[in-house]
Amino acid sequence: MKSFGKKSPWSALKKALATTAAAAGVALGGAAQADDTIKIGFGMALTGGLAGAGKGALIAMEVWRDDVNARGGILGKQVELVYYDDQSNPATVPGIYTKLLDIDEVDFVVSGYGTNLIAPAMPIMMQRGLVFPALFGLAVNEKFNYDNYFQIMPAGPEPMTDWSRGFFEIAMAQDPAPKSIALVSADAEFARNAATGARQTADKLGLEIVYDESYHPKTADFSPIVNAIQARKPDIVFVASYPPDSVGMVKAVNEVGLKTRLFGGGMVGLQFASIMTALGPQLNGIVNYDFWVPEPTLKFEGVEEFLVKYQKAAEGKGVDPIGYYLQPYAYAYLQVLDQAIAATGSMDHAEIGKYMRDAEFDTVVGKVRFAPNGEWAKTRVLQVQYQGIEDNELATFTKQGTRVVLYPAEWVSGELNYPYAQ
Amino acid sequence: MFTVDLLLSALVAGVLLGGFYAAVSLGLTVAFGQLNIVNIAHPAFVILGSYVAYMCNSRWGLDPILVGLAFTPVFFLIGVGAYRIYYESFERRDDEALRGLAFFFGVMFIIEVGLIMVYGVDFRTVQAPYIGQNFKIGAVGVPTRMLVPFCVSLVMFACVYLYMSRTFNGRAIMAVAQDRLALQLMAADPVRIKQLGFGIGIGTTALAGALLIIIIPIEPSIGRLYIGQVFAIAVLAGLGSIPGTLVAALVLGIAESLVATFFGPSWAPAVAFGILLLALAFRPQGLFGR
Amino acid sequence: MRIDAFHVTALAIALLGAAVTIFDLIPVNKFYFFAGYVVLQYVVLATAWNIMGGYMGYVNFGTAGFFAVGAYTSVVLYNLMKAPLILMIPVSGAVCALLGLGMGYLTLRLRGVFFAIATLAMAIVLETLIVNWDYVGGATGAYILRSREIAPFGDYVEFLFFVMLVLAIFAVTVARWIERSKMGRGFAAIRDDEVAAECTGVPTLRLKLVATTVSGFLMGVAGAPFVLYVGFVEPSSAFNLVYAVNSIAMPMIGGATTWLGPLIGALLLGTVQQVATVTISSELNLLIVGGLLVFFVIAAPEGIVGLVRKWRGRGR
Repeated sequence: MKSFGKKSPWSALKKALATTAAAAGVALGGAAQADDTIKIGFGMALTGGLAGAGKGALIAMEVWRDDVNARGGILGKQVELVYYDDQSNPATVPGIYTKLLDIDEVDFVVSGYGTNLIAPAMPIMMQRGLVFPALFGLAVNEKFNYDNYFQIMPAGPEPMTDWSRGFFEIAMAQDPAPKSIALVSADAEFARNAATGARQTADKLGLEIVYDESYHPKTADFSPIVNAIQARKPDIVFVASYPPDSVGMVKAVNEVGLKTRLFGGGMVGLQFASIMTALGPQLNGIVNYDFWVPEPTLKFEGVEEFLVKYQKAAEGKGVDPIGYYLQPYAYAYLQVLDQAIAATGSMDHAEIGKYMRDAEFDTVVGKVRFAPNGEWAKTRVLQVQYQGIEDNELATFTKQGTRVVLYPAEWVSGELNYPYAQ
Repeated sequence: MFTVDLLLSALVAGVLLGGFYAAVSLGLTVAFGQLNIVNIAHPAFVILGSYVAYMCNSRWGLDPILVGLAFTPVFFLIGVGAYRIYYESFERRDDEALRGLAFFFGVMFIIEVGLIMVYGVDFRTVQAPYIGQNFKIGAVGVPTRMLVPFCVSLVMFACVYLYMSRTFNGRAIMAVAQDRLALQLMAADPVRIKQLGFGIGIGTTALAGALLIIIIPIEPSIGRLYIGQVFAIAVLAGLGSIPGTLVAALVLGIAESLVATFFGPSWAPAVAFGILLLALAFRPQGLFGR
Repeated sequence: MRIDAFHVTALAIALLGAAVTIFDLIPVNKFYFFAGYVVLQYVVLATAWNIMGGYMGYVNFGTAGFFAVGAYTSVVLYNLMKAPLILMIPVSGAVCALLGLGMGYLTLRLRGVFFAIATLAMAIVLETLIVNWDYVGGATGAYILRSREIAPFGDYVEFLFFVMLVLAIFAVTVARWIERSKMGRGFAAIRDDEVAAECTGVPTLRLKLVATTVSGFLMGVAGAPFVLYVGFVEPSSAFNLVYAVNSIAMPMIGGATTWLGPLIGALLLGTVQQVATVTISSELNLLIVGGLLVFFVIAAPEGIVGLVRKWRGRGR
């Protein structure tokens, strides 16, 4: 029986031997194969809380892989994606990326979905000086200051405040300009950050903050919160929420009949097909952030072809069937890497990183240029308003004009209906 | 900030929320309180009920509450089956405390993963005419989305309560955990009685699941969020007391609503569980315990 | 305490660990340090849980709460004075020991499943406190920048691995010592019949407090290095239900009445999970834990240790 106690180092030893053997095997037989493929590795949330987005992103990335391979690969090499499920759990991330780098010997790594799953990979990237294209993390690089980090989410160079900038600019452009604001956010990473940025902006604009609270993400009924907001009569209401609570909040606002002039801002989930079709007309009038909507100003080259392919691939997989919000960006962050490798003609991370810092990229989400901190050089967090929605059909949301772009000025596609309700 | 209107609104919202919590906890009160079976997978069964309602609603447009009712017998049978396994594997070997708990833990995971594999992880909702309506009594808004589940929950409670207190089998269920021997002397088979009781407990989750999906959008792992809440209510109630469960659920709902309205919503869950911890420390027999 | 083969083995393992991490005696791929760290962390957690759950029959659903408090104590120390890990571990342990003691006092009168529910409630209350405490990052989370290298280990992760190895050996040694001491027999008496134990003069209340304190301490030390391992910690990952599930499942699968059970369970299930993460990589991953747990509690109530004993007994 005693021998059981010794297991751990023995297994480590055994594993070590196995690894050496495997490495030898690769050196002997696999070398030829390793030369004509480029392996891109990542962890992605395929189970757990973020899996809805993670699975959608993965499908988009596979569409990209097939596109690239069909046109002959990168530098004449076929592309292979190597990925593992991070279970939406940050604790799995360090292990996954070392496995990818040291055992699978991938050539490049990109991030999984979301701040919580990007941050734990950063120390590894910095230690090895790797280029790290990242998918939808908010202000991850503020603490790390890593120069090879590139965030595809168009938050902008000051992600915390840029996020809600559009919401405030729209509000302040109205006559009379609002004087008071209510801030409400979920108790979780993104929502708190977005609310912090909104708070700073509100202070700068001299808006009186009459309500400033956060709530537990599992709150089942939002009417107490909406009632408390209503009692303070704010001119505008900024909400930073996650999918389930976004729905609860919208329902409660409609039921209570919240009277305010502008409502929305940072509600995650209202962009998802399943939630839009569930809420239908209740969405009308809400002004919320978005990243891509089917408006004529945003028809970048390639995005529609991509969506057609994505929608076909996504069928029956239990993921977002239209894929507007995140999916084009999941395609684009690989396009950026692709173009950088092709332009430098090199597999050297330092060289590619330098190119990515300087160049402008042409992607399905438009032209992308990065700021020194790895965020987009200029924010493109859209503020859109839900308008003229009369039913709960999916087709309603795939046509132009139900989500008109109000901000930034470059992409505006319609007029604001103001006020929200009075 | 305090106004009478706000207080009234908070109380109404709390009562409605409490009614919903009560529906979700009822089955656990029977299984855990009366039969001593620590069914930690109870919320997972509720989610299963939600998905059944979702499936019938999205495919055939059936009303979620009717679906819940129609599937109650099916869930009852699932409960009976689950109890057979539980009995054969644990109770008969007098082994239920630790291993029985672990068993239901595993069941919870299996249900969750099964749902993920079939339905994916997208959020699901149902459509029904009463979702999105509301009316006002004075300045207080009453959303029918919350009112309908509240009423259904009350009816459910009345039915289970009457069954438990008026029928032979019902009384036997109430008695089985306390005195097996006396039950046997009355010519009732304790195993069969417990099987019946557990079946009822799981049966209620079909309807409770339908109510859940009416109130909030669901995804497979959302059940975990309710483990704490339902156990808190069952304990607060004094194990096994059906009226106690209703009162405890209402207390929890009102406490959460008041805190959310007046102190800040992020403290709401801690207050609920704080009450539970205090109750456990100072009055472990619960509000209605003997 | 008598020195026996166990202690020699434990020392040998520690030395081997040192040889691998400090002197790079055997070339080991870095991935195995990352994966090994997680497995060893579960050895500590499962062993700590088992002191309450296995020896005494008190189920603790709040493992994640203790683990997270350990982790967040490290965050506080880091924010206060950039404390080194060597300081974080004992302080985190001490804080969690106090927490365990407090919980013990609060729940002294609770038997069996009520205790389990109280621990669950405690974890949720603690999570809410952390979420609302901005000094440690609140719901936004906190970043901790670990240094890349540390003497004499070289890579920081090798150092973390070694630390966790030492902690695992420490935890198992403590558990084994408790099991074989007079205290352990007291624990077993409580597990079998608490009332009878009390009547025969077993100081049940004091023993319960000792168990909650020791168990809390060990969970706290397991959590302390976590923030350095991930570099970023936020409440929902630190309070992840996975820790509670695994710390129950591992001893149940290994065999809950002996120190060997959680060790085997954690090494086995932990390794399977690590392998599954990088091979199957799908929902099946979760099914493994659920399925194995259900299978073992039904088919092998005494876990792997019990199976081996049975098999040996038959052989004789």
